[in-house]
Amino acid sequence: MDAIRYESPRSVAEAVRLMAADAGARVLAGGTDLLVQFRAGVRQPSAFVDVKRIPELMSIAIDDQGLRLGAAVPAAVIGEHAELRRLWPGLAESVRLIGSTQIQGRGSVGGNLCNGSPAADTTCALIVNRAQCVIAGPNGERTVPVDAFCIAPGRTVLQHGELLVAIRVPRPAARTSDAYLRLIPRTEMDIAVAGAGVSVTLDAAGVCTAARVAIGAVAPTALRVPGAEQALVGSPLDEASLRYAAEAASAAARPIDDRRGTAAYRRTVAGVLTRRAAALAAQRARQGTDRG
Amino acid sequence: MAKLHIETTINGEPAEFLCDPHETLLSALRTGLGLTGTKEGCATGDCGACSILLEGRLVPACLVLAAEAQGRAMTTIEGLSRGDTLHPLQQKFLEHAALQCGICTPGFIVAAKALLDAKPNPTEEEVRYGLAGNLCRCTGYDKIIRAVLDAASEMKGTTA
Amino acid sequence: MTAPREFKYVGTRPIRHDGVDKVTGRASYGADVAWPGMLHGVVLRSPHAHARIVKIDTRAAEATPGVHAVITARDLPETSAKIAIGEAAVDLRDIADNVMARTKVLYHGHAVAAVAATTLDIARRAAEAIAVVYEVLEPVMSVDRAIAAGAPILHPAMKTTGTPAADAGGATNVASRLELKRGDVDAGFAAADLVVEREFRTPMVHQGYIEPHACIARCGEDGRAVVWCTTQGPFFVRDASAAIAGLDPAHLKVIPSEIGGGFGGKIVVYLEPLALALSRKAQRPVKMVMGRDEVFRATGPTSGSRVRVKLGARRDGTLVAASASLWYEAGAYAGSPAGAGAMCALAAYKIPNFFIEAHDVVVNKPKVAAYRAPGSPIAAFAVESVVDEIARELKIDPIELRLRNANAEGDRAPYGPKYGPIGLTQVLEAARNHPHWRAPLGANQGRGVAVGFWFNAGMNSSATVTLNGDGSAAVVTGNPDIGGTRAAQAIMVAEELGIPVERVRSNVGDTDGSGYTDVTGGSRVCYATGMAVIRAAEDAREQLKARAATIWNVSREAVEWHDGRAVPPEGTEKAKPMTVAELAAEMTHTGGPIVGRASLYAPMAGPAFGAHICDLEVDPETGRSQVVRYTVFQDVGRAVHPSYVEGQMQGGAAQGIGWALNEAYVYSADGVMENAGFLDYRMPVASDLPMIETVMVEVANPLHPYGVRGVGEVPIVPPLAAVANAMRDATGIRFTELPLSPPRVLEAIEAADAVAVQA
Repeated sequence: MDAIRYESPRSVAEAVRLMAADAGARVLAGGTDLLVQFRAGVRQPSAFVDVKRIPELMSIAIDDQGLRLGAAVPAAVIGEHAELRRLWPGLAESVRLIGSTQIQGRGSVGGNLCNGSPAADTTCALIVNRAQCVIAGPNGERTVPVDAFCIAPGRTVLQHGELLVAIRVPRPAARTSDAYLRLIPRTEMDIAVAGAGVSVTLDAAGVCTAARVAIGAVAPTALRVPGAEQALVGSPLDEASLRYAAEAASAAARPIDDRRGTAAYRRTVAGVLTRRAAALAAQRARQGTDRG
Repeated sequence: MAKLHIETTINGEPAEFLCDPHETLLSALRTGLGLTGTKEGCATGDCGACSILLEGRLVPACLVLAAEAQGRAMTTIEGLSRGDTLHPLQQKFLEHAALQCGICTPGFIVAAKALLDAKPNPTEEEVRYGLAGNLCRCTGYDKIIRAVLDAASEMKGTTA
Repeated sequence: MTAPREFKYVGTRPIRHDGVDKVTGRASYGADVAWPGMLHGVVLRSPHAHARIVKIDTRAAEATPGVHAVITARDLPETSAKIAIGEAAVDLRDIADNVMARTKVLYHGHAVAAVAATTLDIARRAAEAIAVVYEVLEPVMSVDRAIAAGAPILHPAMKTTGTPAADAGGATNVASRLELKRGDVDAGFAAADLVVEREFRTPMVHQGYIEPHACIARCGEDGRAVVWCTTQGPFFVRDASAAIAGLDPAHLKVIPSEIGGGFGGKIVVYLEPLALALSRKAQRPVKMVMGRDEVFRATGPTSGSRVRVKLGARRDGTLVAASASLWYEAGAYAGSPAGAGAMCALAAYKIPNFFIEAHDVVVNKPKVAAYRAPGSPIAAFAVESVVDEIARELKIDPIELRLRNANAEGDRAPYGPKYGPIGLTQVLEAARNHPHWRAPLGANQGRGVAVGFWFNAGMNSSATVTLNGDGSAAVVTGNPDIGGTRAAQAIMVAEELGIPVERVRSNVGDTDGSGYTDVTGGSRVCYATGMAVIRAAEDAREQLKARAATIWNVSREAVEWHDGRAVPPEGTEKAKPMTVAELAAEMTHTGGPIVGRASLYAPMAGPAFGAHICDLEVDPETGRSQVVRYTVFQDVGRAVHPSYVEGQMQGGAAQGIGWALNEAYVYSADGVMENAGFLDYRMPVASDLPMIETVMVEVANPLHPYGVRGVGEVPIVPPLAAVANAMRDATGIRFTELPLSPPRVLEAIEAADAVAVQA
């Protein structure tokens, strides 16, 4: 049996070379999923490719275009970024929900996406914010919308030799804001039983002109809910439209029974969370994107 | 199966050790370095007993590879007291009887230090959420929270 | 009966003597020690919940480089001894079979083989190379299934001991049945104005100690052996491990490490006999540490249960009749706490007519072990929920109803003896008078109250108190310190000798260095071992008085003792009072070292009651709930170190809250536990709980010199019902099944709303 290797590339190119040369190599960011799976015997990498010494994967930059978030930036660092929190409060919220303070010191958005759990907290918030995944590979760089990135539980579109290097999020338009809520039985630590992310844009009269809704942990991947979006667009985001959006979310959910919750429960709660997240996003959008 | 030679800084002192590439930092601390103050409760990052500060950041040592320590600095429970002076958190844990069996205590104290470094004046709720990654089965958390709030007051210079 | 006494140290809050080692990480727990030449041991565990072992082939494992020993049950002698453990006697054959399966595996995770190798990785790989052929059998995963006609039988030779209701004959999964009765229960119910009957279910739950089981064993060429391990009972480890591994217990020393939590789960043995057997075969020390999933799958959680309770009351709230049918899971081998549950169920109430039957049922789950007041929380959940229903129906305040029926001194406990002084009424009155009971509730909030009981144990204890030349003292007992008992023992020695607490060193000895002692458990250490400590200190004091008599040349009887000093009789020439330090300085010249000793079997006494008030907020759209206020009232007898008594009250309450809200073993259809980790086995975290206020009532236990009562176990008994009663108050729905997880709660809320809409 060959020994497992530890690699610590200093550049994206070097990381790509390592991944391309060894089909069994796995990217190690925070390790909060990979090392747990390794210890459980579920994943047996031939090499850990530690990407945390590659500057492009560890940086956060915000400019006129929007956000470029390095894939391996720890959640705690994201949570401390005031400008990111101001512009994308729901996204920041979802990142802050990835586990305890200790897990926050390690876990990353890239890792959360690449692990491909249907319950990943960041996916919904990324979807509603129109995020794009920046992928580097042997054939160069490509970009994939985040809603197309995860294709099944534990599986992404990454090909052999590729790795996720960054997530791009466009700057929100005026009077736009987002929210992400999830249901867990305790107050911390649990994997989401259901989650909902909503982004809304309002016009000067307070009418919704654009909306994106995504629900998580209620299907093999996070789901956009066009029916909920249609319920919101053109409405003043009043109780009736929020209720329709909630019903659409419940109807779109395709949940399972598992040790964390029943399918019926998830279906109901997906609706409740959608309604509450939409209300919160609306309130934030009305207040303007200036949040302390 | 060649071991890696890692040079690192632990509690302000240079340290080195050999480790397998797939070995965790928790294992390296407890076996190679004899620093058994950091505990293993679950090996899945869910109990906080293995909490350390890596480059000042609170992490679970069971989910860090030992090799990642190369060139980095970390603080463990053994580094909190100075000479024979306990850190205020350690002292307050004793005064408030915030430990019973004591197995979770090193993890809590390191996590509380990280919390107070970032938030020197936390509310009770902030302390509870900040320490939600540390499981205690003996105390029901009450006296732990009081000890941390009291230490925060003392460290700020006001008496509780 | 001791007269009320002014204490100097008892009731104070000194910093515990082992505290600095614990806050600095220096204290050594089970896994913290390494011995030279040590090998690492790993257990191979059954992948099936129920199967016959057809063949085990260990050759590939033995041939693996780095492997020094492989064992199966063939390496362990067959044993049928009985041995005392905790508060009962257990068949060692079952424990031995649980430690390593002989012919059948009875739960997923059951040990079938073990390997010792130079590294953990090698040991794990070698264990995977052991080829086991199983004949898979259908697993039995619930009480309902276990007693159903045609159910698979775990133990072909099992017969129901105790009092069978009907002679079923043939094979059974019911290991035992017991009955408790009084009066005429049918007549009692006939005379009741109100009868309420409900059936309750609780899941299997785990003690959840943060430190996994760990040990190192070293067996020498001469058969002498040493074990270092985390345990609540080093003497039990010695006797049981020796019998299971086939060693002479006289040649086995067990050194208890600091223990990272036990709650009853570390009274049994799992790894120690295996480590000894491996070490004997390899002739090297062997260290074994469980992973967290092994702790869940293969140690001793407590029973899941099915309990039916029926209570009858008169219109004025007087309880006139009670019947209960308890069915507790024993896990893979006989021995659930159903009997204790039966004895505790009605302990709080004067009920003239009752009939309780309790069944111990084997299922293909890990063998249950003691968990803090074993059996009582389950029974209290049922009884206290029905009492709550009765209070609602009769429109009587729930505390008032309990007060009207509360047992007091002289009343007969349901399990036989008359109560001595007990504090149930005082505890209930404290609860009624507390601001929490009258505080206004917010939206979606409800309030519940419940009482709980535990007998508290006595049993065997020994202690020695040694004086040093400078007048300081050392006390040694054989009881591992889980909750701060060393601090309490130091206080007791200080009190008896009249020296400052800081001058007393308190130690836990190993099995050679301390007299025989029963386990740390049963809430008995402060009571029974404390009694031994006090007597040993008294013995030392008497010796000090004798030395003073020698120095002053007076008779021993003439010497008095006041405030830490030997005092000469009036008028004695050239004699002035002498302190402990002064007397100790003269030890060598006056007769030699002074060692006080005591050993005793303490009577079981000091039963204790508690009452809890819980405020719960429920989100009616998601079924999620949060405890927003919680107060614990308890009769503690006498709080020797109040901070650690409070700690027991708060810790027990937190465990009970977790049991009520979120904790449960979740099993697949094949009998595999699906949530064997702290992520999905959901124990309360800091943000789940509020501050837990504690109110101590002190009704002295006359059997103890200071009035001490056991305090550690009672606080886990009331929370299950306190939370469920609060849920009833908040939602209008009576939940009879735990845990009160959000999906269960929401489903019931939606069903109730649907009914309301139709109505």
